[in-house]
Amino acid sequence: MSKVSMTVNGKAVSGDVKGNTLLVEFLREDLRLTGTHVGCDTSQCGACTIHVNGKSAKACTMFAAEADGADITTVEGMANADGSLSVIQQAFQDHHGLQCGFCTPGMVMTAAALLKENPKPTEAEVRHYLEGNICRCTGYHNIVKAIMAASGQDVSAIAAE
Amino acid sequence: MPKDQGIGASTKRREDVRFLTGTGNYTDDINLHGQLYVHFLRSDVAHGKINSVDTSAASAMDGVVRIFTGADFEGIGGLPCGWQVTDRHGEPMKEPAHPVLAQGKVRHVGDPIAAVVAESVQAARDAAEAIEVDIEELPAAVDMKEAVKDGAPLVHDDIGTNLCYDWGFVEENKAATDEAFANAAHVTTLELKNNRLVANPMEPRVAVGDYNRANDESTLYTTSQNPHVIRLLMGAFVLGIPEHKLRVVAPDVGGGFGTKIFHYAEEAFCTFAARQLARPVKWTSTRSEAFMSDAHGRDHVTKIELALDADNNFTALRTETYANMGAYLSTFAPSVPTWLHGTLMAGNYKTPLIYVNVKAVFTNTVPVDAYRGAGRPEATFQIERVIDKAARELNVDPIALRRQNFITEFPYATPVAVEYDTGDYNATMNTLEEIADLSGFAARRAESEKRGMLRGLGVNCYIEACGIAPSNLVGQLGARAGLYESATVRVNATGGITVMTGSHSHGQGHETAFPQVISEMIGIPEEMVEIKHGDTANTPMGMGTYGSRSLAVGGSAMVRAAEKVINKAKKIAAHLLEAAEADIELKDGTFSVAGTDKSVAWGDVTLAAYVPHNYPLEDIEPGLEETAFYDPSNFTYPSGAYCCEVEVDPDTGKVTIESFAAADDFGNIVNPMIVSGQVHGGIAQGIGQALLENCAYDENGQLLSASYMDYAMPRASDVPFYQVDHSNGTPCTHNPLGVKGCGEAGAIGTPPAVINAIVDALRSGGHDHVYHIDMPASPSRVWAAMQK
Repeated sequence: MSKVSMTVNGKAVSGDVKGNTLLVEFLREDLRLTGTHVGCDTSQCGACTIHVNGKSAKACTMFAAEADGADITTVEGMANADGSLSVIQQAFQDHHGLQCGFCTPGMVMTAAALLKENPKPTEAEVRHYLEGNICRCTGYHNIVKAIMAASGQDVSAIAAE
Repeated sequence: MPKDQGIGASTKRREDVRFLTGTGNYTDDINLHGQLYVHFLRSDVAHGKINSVDTSAASAMDGVVRIFTGADFEGIGGLPCGWQVTDRHGEPMKEPAHPVLAQGKVRHVGDPIAAVVAESVQAARDAAEAIEVDIEELPAAVDMKEAVKDGAPLVHDDIGTNLCYDWGFVEENKAATDEAFANAAHVTTLELKNNRLVANPMEPRVAVGDYNRANDESTLYTTSQNPHVIRLLMGAFVLGIPEHKLRVVAPDVGGGFGTKIFHYAEEAFCTFAARQLARPVKWTSTRSEAFMSDAHGRDHVTKIELALDADNNFTALRTETYANMGAYLSTFAPSVPTWLHGTLMAGNYKTPLIYVNVKAVFTNTVPVDAYRGAGRPEATFQIERVIDKAARELNVDPIALRRQNFITEFPYATPVAVEYDTGDYNATMNTLEEIADLSGFAARRAESEKRGMLRGLGVNCYIEACGIAPSNLVGQLGARAGLYESATVRVNATGGITVMTGSHSHGQGHETAFPQVISEMIGIPEEMVEIKHGDTANTPMGMGTYGSRSLAVGGSAMVRAAEKVINKAKKIAAHLLEAAEADIELKDGTFSVAGTDKSVAWGDVTLAAYVPHNYPLEDIEPGLEETAFYDPSNFTYPSGAYCCEVEVDPDTGKVTIESFAAADDFGNIVNPMIVSGQVHGGIAQGIGQALLENCAYDENGQLLSASYMDYAMPRASDVPFYQVDHSNGTPCTHNPLGVKGCGEAGAIGTPPAVINAIVDALRSGGHDHVYHIDMPASPSRVWAAMQK
C-alpha cells in the first residue's frame, strides 16, 4: 500500500492504495465519486473519462499512484459554482444528448476537453474527437449537436430535435 | 406554436440533471455494509465434460470466503424459459436444463463453472486462477446446419438432438403457398444471414444480493428492464423464495436493448449466496465477461423466396430459417424467431399466401435471445432484401414495386395471423421521398462519380408489432407470462401526484414523458407529477420495458388509473360544489359546474380527500389513489419508410453513410424530442449491424469477438446526422393514447436500407452480378464482391 494525495474537484484528498489500484477504482470506491463509470476493460468506451491536470484521460488506464499530486476533475466537478448546469451540461439537456446516462459523464468530460482545444469545432472535428467515447443510445446525433451548440454555434439547421 | 407542457411537448428530460452531474444511482454504485464480491470462473472451451473441479487450494487463499460449484446447486431449480413453442407436428420444443453453475458439462465459452466469493474482487479473481479444473474437451456444435445433421456433437445428450423445434407457420397455408410458387410468373430467391450481434448496453450487468436474517427477506439489486419478472422467475422457479420475501430493485439502468430482460445465473447466484453467507454478495461484469455471458441477438440463416405474377403483384412468400438458440434456452428465446418473426412476414404488403419454416438449433455458443427489434429486424431484412432483388431482376423501380403491393386498407388481416389496425404506407413513403430528396439523387451520384466514388441509394419499408401484448393471445402461443402493465396513481393531499409504474426506464425517459400525459389529463403542471419505477417494493406487479411497450401498455395503464382518480375526484368536487356529478368538468386543474361560474381547484379537492371533514363519506372512501392493470387487445403496428445513401470506394470497398432518412408512423406522439432520439439510436444500431458489428465464433466454438478491440461498435464518425420525421401518425385504434411505440423501429428499418444502398452503388459501377452482400458489409466483403 502506498499513500497518494491529489486534488479532486478542487478538494485535497488522500488515501492508501495498492500498486495496481486503478485511478477509476480510487475515485469510485475510495472517494465514492461514482459519476465516473466503467464500461469496458480495454480503454475503448470512454465512460471513465476525467481530466488530469487539465487534459482528458481515461481513469481506467491510469493507476491511482500515477495520479499522486495531480489535479483531477470528474463529472461531479463540472457544474457551475452555484450548482447549476454548466454550458456543456445544459446543452446536453437542451438537445437530448443523453438517454440512459451511462456514457454521459465521459462524453461531458471529452466535450469539455475538445472545446478547450478547439472552441468552434466542425461536425467532422467533433465526431473525430469522440472516437474514444462510445454511446449505444443516442446514435451520436444529439451529442454532436449538443457539443456544437455548447460552442456557441447555431445548430438550428441540423435536423430534428 | 409548439406546446410547452403536456402531450406533444418536447419537454426537456428531468432525469438528465442527475446523469449530467454524476449523481445517478446505477447498480454498481451500490455498496452494502459487509459486502462480499463474487468472481465467476468461466469455461474457456465451447464444449467439455467436467471431470473434476478442485477448489481446495483456492479455498485456503487469503480473503476467500467460500467457493461454490455446480454441486452446490443440485436440487435447486435451473434458469427457466418463459415461452414454450409447439412445433409443426404438435410436439413441444426441447427444453434442456439450465443450471446456475455448470453440472457435468460446459456448453459454451463463458459457461460458469465455479463462483469464488471473497472479501475483494481481486482476492476472488486470484483464487479463481488457483481452482484446478479438469475438463475433457469435446467436439463442438457451432454451425447450425451442421449441428442438426446425424452424428453432430450433441449440446445436450439427454435430449438426443440439437433441434429445439421445427416450426411451421401457418402450417395450413403450406400447400397453397407451394402451389402459388408453381404457378408464379417470376420467383426471386435469396439466401442471407442475419449476423449475430451483442446488445452492448454501455452499463455492464451487475447484481448485488442481500439477505436480512431478521425478517428472512432477500433483496436483489440488478441491472434489469423488468424487476417484477426477475422476482417471479428467480423466486418461484430457481430459489424457491416467495415474492413477499423477495424484493428486486433495478435502479438507474444504463441501457438494455433487450439483453437486460432475461433472468441470468449471476442474479440467482448473488441472491442465493447472500442467504447462504448472510452477507451481501456483489458481482460486476467486465465487458469481456459481458460478451460471453449476456444473451446475444439475431443469428438467423435464411432462404427466402418471393413469387410474383406477370403484373408484378406479390402472390406468395416462403422462407426457411435456421435460428440459433445457443447452448441453453434464454428466458424468451423461443419466441423470437417464431411469434416475433413469422407473424411479421407480410411486411407492408398484401401478399396473400405466406409460409414460414423455422428450425431452432442448439449450438455450443452463448444463448441467443431478444435484441432491439427481436425477430422483426430479421423479418424486415428478408422481405425488403428479396423485394429489392426482385425489382432488379425485373428491372422495375424498387419503390414503385413496393407501392404497387402496399396494403392500403385497414384494418388488414394478414395471412400470418395478425391484424394491422392502422397505417398509411404511401404517406410515409411520400414524406421519405421529400426529406431524403430522392429527386436530387442523380446529381449527387454524378458528383460522387466525378470523384471516382460509387454512390448508391437504398429504400425500404418496415412494419413491426409492438405494444406487447394481449395476454390471452400470447398465452395460446406459448407464453408463460401475462403481458399487461400496471400503474398506481397516488394523488397526495396537496395535489402532487406520484405514479408507480410497472414499466421501467433505462434511457427511454419515462420520468419526463409519463408526467406529460398526467399533466394533459388533469391540467396541472408536469412538475407536480413524479414517476417511481424499478422497485418491486413500491410498484405494482408489472412486466417491464421491452418490445416498445412502455407508453402503449404502461402508459395506457397509467391513463386508466388516472381516469379512475379523476372520476372519484369529480364525485368529491360535486359534493363540494353541491352539484350533480354529471355536471362537473375538469379543465386546467379546476373542477367547475357546467354552465356556471362555480368551481373548485384541484388542490382543494385532493385536500378534501385526505382531510374529509366536508366529504361524502357515506358514498366514497377517503383518499385518492387508484391502480389499473391494462391488458392490450392487440399489438400496435408502427411502420415507416427508410432511405440510406452510401458512397463506396471502389479501390478499398469502404462504405461511407452519406445520409440517412427515416419517415415513421408511430401514431400519436407524447414527446417528439424523445421519439426522435429513440429513432436516432435505433438507426445507429442498424448501421452498426449492417456495416460493423459481428459476433464471431471459430469452428471450435471459440468466441473471437469478446472485446471492443474485436467487436466493432459504431462510433461518432461512422454515422451522419439523420433526417427523421414522424408527422404521418395514424393513431392506434385500441389504446387510450393512440400510441404505437417507437423504441425499436430504427433497428428494424435500417439494415436493409444500408445493404440495398450498397448493392445499388456496386451495380452502378458495372458490377451487375451483385444482388446481395451479407452483413456486416465490411470493406473486405464489399471489395471481394466487386472482384467477381
